[in-house]
Amino acid sequence: MKTFARLLAATMLVTGLASAAEAKTLVYCSEGSPENFNPQINTTGTSLDAARPAFNQLVQFEPGTTNVVPALAEKWDISPDGTEITFHLRKGVKFHSTKTFTPTRDFNADDVIFSFERQWKADNPYHKVSGGAYDYFNDMGMPDLLKSIDKVDDYTVKFTLTRPEAPFLANLAMDFATIFSAEFADAMLKAGTPEQLDQVPVGTGPFSFVAYQKDSVIRFKAFPDYWDGAPKLDGLVFAITKDPTARWSKLQKGECQIMAYPNPSDLDAIGKDPNVNLLQQAGLNIGYLAFNVEKKPFDDKRVRLAMAHAIDKDTILKDVYLGAGQSAKNLIPPTIWSYNDKVVDYEYDPEKAKALLKEAGLEGGFETDLWWMPVQRPYNPNAKRVAEIIQADLAKLNIKANLVSYEWGEYRKRMQAGEHKMGQLGWTGDNGDPDNFFFLLSCEAARPGGQNLSKWCNKEFDDRLNKAKSLFDKAERTKLYEEMQVIQHDDYPMMPIAHSIVFEPTRKEVSGYKVSPLGRHEFTNVELK
Amino acid sequence: MLGFIVRRVLLVIPTFIAIAFLTFVAIRLVPGDPIEVRTGERGISPERLAQFRHELGLDQPVWKQFLDYLWQLAHGNFGTSTSTHAPVLTEFLTLFPATLELAICAMLFATILGIPAGVIAATRRGSFVDYTLMGAALTGFSMPIFWWGLLLVLFFSVNLGWTPVSGRIDLLYYFEPVTGFMLIDSWLSGEEGAFSSAVSHLILPTIVLGTIPLATIARMTRSAMLEILGEDYVRTARAKGLSPFRVVGLHALRNALIPVVTVIGLQVGALMAGAVLTEYIFSWPGIGSWLIESINRRDYPVLQGGILLVSGIVILINILVDLLYGVLNPRIRHAR
Amino acid sequence: MPADRVVSPLPVAKAPPGPFVAFFRDFSENRAALVGLILLSLLVFVAVFANFIAPYSPYEQFREFTRIPPAWVEGGNSAFLLGTDEIGRDMLSRLIFGARLSLFIGLSVVVASMAVGIVLGLIAAFAPGWPSIVIMRAMDVILSVPSLLLAIVIVAIIGPSLTNTIIAITVVYLPYYVRLVRASAMQEKTRDYVTAARVGGAGTLRIMFKTVLPNCMAPIIVQAALTISNAILEAAALGFLGLGAQPPSPEWGAMLASAREFLQSAPWIVTTPGVAILITVLSINLVGDGLRDALDPKMRRS
Repeated sequence: MKTFARLLAATMLVTGLASAAEAKTLVYCSEGSPENFNPQINTTGTSLDAARPAFNQLVQFEPGTTNVVPALAEKWDISPDGTEITFHLRKGVKFHSTKTFTPTRDFNADDVIFSFERQWKADNPYHKVSGGAYDYFNDMGMPDLLKSIDKVDDYTVKFTLTRPEAPFLANLAMDFATIFSAEFADAMLKAGTPEQLDQVPVGTGPFSFVAYQKDSVIRFKAFPDYWDGAPKLDGLVFAITKDPTARWSKLQKGECQIMAYPNPSDLDAIGKDPNVNLLQQAGLNIGYLAFNVEKKPFDDKRVRLAMAHAIDKDTILKDVYLGAGQSAKNLIPPTIWSYNDKVVDYEYDPEKAKALLKEAGLEGGFETDLWWMPVQRPYNPNAKRVAEIIQADLAKLNIKANLVSYEWGEYRKRMQAGEHKMGQLGWTGDNGDPDNFFFLLSCEAARPGGQNLSKWCNKEFDDRLNKAKSLFDKAERTKLYEEMQVIQHDDYPMMPIAHSIVFEPTRKEVSGYKVSPLGRHEFTNVELK
Repeated sequence: MLGFIVRRVLLVIPTFIAIAFLTFVAIRLVPGDPIEVRTGERGISPERLAQFRHELGLDQPVWKQFLDYLWQLAHGNFGTSTSTHAPVLTEFLTLFPATLELAICAMLFATILGIPAGVIAATRRGSFVDYTLMGAALTGFSMPIFWWGLLLVLFFSVNLGWTPVSGRIDLLYYFEPVTGFMLIDSWLSGEEGAFSSAVSHLILPTIVLGTIPLATIARMTRSAMLEILGEDYVRTARAKGLSPFRVVGLHALRNALIPVVTVIGLQVGALMAGAVLTEYIFSWPGIGSWLIESINRRDYPVLQGGILLVSGIVILINILVDLLYGVLNPRIRHAR
Repeated sequence: MPADRVVSPLPVAKAPPGPFVAFFRDFSENRAALVGLILLSLLVFVAVFANFIAPYSPYEQFREFTRIPPAWVEGGNSAFLLGTDEIGRDMLSRLIFGARLSLFIGLSVVVASMAVGIVLGLIAAFAPGWPSIVIMRAMDVILSVPSLLLAIVIVAIIGPSLTNTIIAITVVYLPYYVRLVRASAMQEKTRDYVTAARVGGAGTLRIMFKTVLPNCMAPIIVQAALTISNAILEAAALGFLGLGAQPPSPEWGAMLASAREFLQSAPWIVTTPGVAILITVLSINLVGDGLRDALDPKMRRS
């Protein structure tokens, strides 16, 4: 009987929701399942996207750009030496409630302190919950950078840094700096279910979490008390659809209104569909081919330049990126400030390549390996196909390239250890700062296990890199970065292949959606007609 | 009978431990580890890697890890996923109904079509109908089902637009899962159109997963029927002037079904293997895609627990088939 | 040697049609099997002489001609009969070389699993006690993990490659042979001619391989035909999941998977490898059915 009553209740609840669903629910065809709903411990874009509707940070990126604007902090002061940043928090910001938790207070400084200390302080009761990996927090150098975080009063928090760091504010707009409810955390700790904090997102965001059915759907509903005004949608649904072709079919049929990562091969058809807008934006990323300069024959600059002339980049762009990419000549994408457009890319010219190889004494060719990563990325949609094309190009110069690949974790580890001669990888920017890209070629990262996959350490390049990081003046920094791009182009430790163009098909009834250069999917300002 | 059941079940335990041991060791031989694979292009510093390996107990000797694991298993604890931090058993139980629903539908599809097809082919041996049916069956039996699935999607979903491309139900419908079986849940929800939506999502996956069992059952039924139609008692029944329908339906079919039941039971393992591919093609949120993903994520607890649970089910069903075989065939009694 | 004399009974010379002739007569009466055999011979021919038959190298990329549809479709080019793939390689040539790979995989798996299976099966039959128990329990374990899943795990461990695909599938099919060999060997073991051989002083090894094994071969051969076709399917499935043969080798399953994104815009890249797999597996199964019918006395009678 009890079951029946519950069934009945469920049915009624459902009917209510369904009629509301007809009102204004946006369905977003997402590409995969989130690991959990805590942006502090996630690293994948898929998981971060899934939690983002429920949360805010102190500052945020203005939608569609990488500009940092106020969010939970209304304003901030920076001390003259750049080591103290004081945030003035917004008042009257409400947290979501759940079936078991109703917040008794508004957002305040305690929430900020808790959110950072969980990741920072090993003695925080939450530090070890859910595996305790705070990859972004650590990777962005926070443990070294932070000296203290102090509560000045309920609505003022002061961050003290060990050194001035220009990109710090941008870092705080990243997902790892999400603000959690300290009150909810305490309640879960008391209930003995601390891991709930990472499974049920309770935040201050524009949408509150309803339910997650593993591998199929995530549901949010609009949060009427959102500090920036209730969103115009009533509900938000993530329809998890792993196959890109299936996502496109669903969008075509109106089963969803926005889709992630269309198949490049479907772009033609998508562009022709009268019900669909194909939004696009240059991605903040780079796909490249690294030459290991510690290994023969790539220790010879002439061989590296021969590669630049031998590999037909246009074919790669045409047959692999299928229009969803732009040819790259520098490490940073053109959307980042300090991009040096004066650099002229090496043209495809097998004869020149042959001449260079002859100069290097390798006219008979040589044998090498060519690594391709086993994962798909916007900056490299199909590394296997790129490898097949490069292999055929090199075969014309009597170079025998053996294709090598490993499981993803293993692949990256071995590349970082420098086991490869030639290998593909890429990078996606986190915060729009050039340093976030250029450190990939630093001497510090050239050590075994470091992220400099060319193992290239050039003093002229590295000195400028370090100098630019300590400066605040954007013009001075720009000049240094521009020079670095020339050095890199001349010595050619890696071959920049492409920057992706991010395409996002949305149905015509969607308005207010902006493609994020950071690869995010944000729905706060979206409307449905 | 009871003694037989007890013996069979007791025999399962060492097999089960062996599977646990082999998967446990095997998985640890797989290159890569759950922490390395999680970090993206950035990678992870050796110190932090060591710290996490320590926290997950991966720095212990393998034998010790295994004993710990067995100890946990004995207490019904299958561990916690390293990527989602949710208990493996919970994840299994939320996803298994999806696979089960698909498998049951596929099996029903195969049986309902396969047995009549086999019977018809056998009674009209050598006719055009026989050749057509058996030709079709052999083609189905030879089908690369991942390709078959893509073809069906291309034709019915993309070109004709008759069936949805993937998923279990339209997202318009939302109800709390009661049984986990979408057909039942959607019916219980009472929402208009929910049930038919669930049905339309099931059609193509059912066909794809059911194709090989269908072909196998049809072929098996035919040959079993042929054998029995040639037996003396059937000839006698015919000679007595019983109607062909009675002969085929009552006498022959009942006996012919015995080997068919065995075949159906033996298909369960194949069905799980097929489910891996079918779920992969249709983004079906079931056990198959869960396990594939766990390999990609090097999620040791999920992979171990998943394989253990799946093979446990396969073993269990094989025992049930043995028992059913005994019930159906009075000549075989499990007494000794 | 005395054992031999006992094994071959005298009336052999008298038996009207030799067993092989009878077999061949039965087999060729089966028209479907004959069709299968012809198809299969054709495939084998194509596979063996791929170098001469294929119009191009399977690796050559015609950069100007990517994703050209088959010749008879609008936009097709008669230079590429079955069209070109996603980076301009001739589909026909790749399919032809793919036949070589697929048949090679099928054959290798059969030979390997048969050889290992026979040895283990005979040991299990002739060494009761712990060797038998260990072998049979191990086979139970392998059988209780769904085949494709097991193959995937094995490939994940030893790394994806053609050789490792073969190894993984061999392991998967091993239990069928072991069980089959053990069962028929157990049956044969009690027969008079084996006892006679033993009395005649033949060693266990000799009895295992020379006396008993030849009499167990019929079901093994039928199983072998079945294994080839399943192995090809399984290898293709692994290739489809990206765990089989590695690029740029023209393995059919891998070809299908790498072009999956073109399912709508260039369906021939996806459909033709599937047709190739289907035809190959079908022809092997036709032959297998014919073999079974011809070797199975019960079927012969009716």
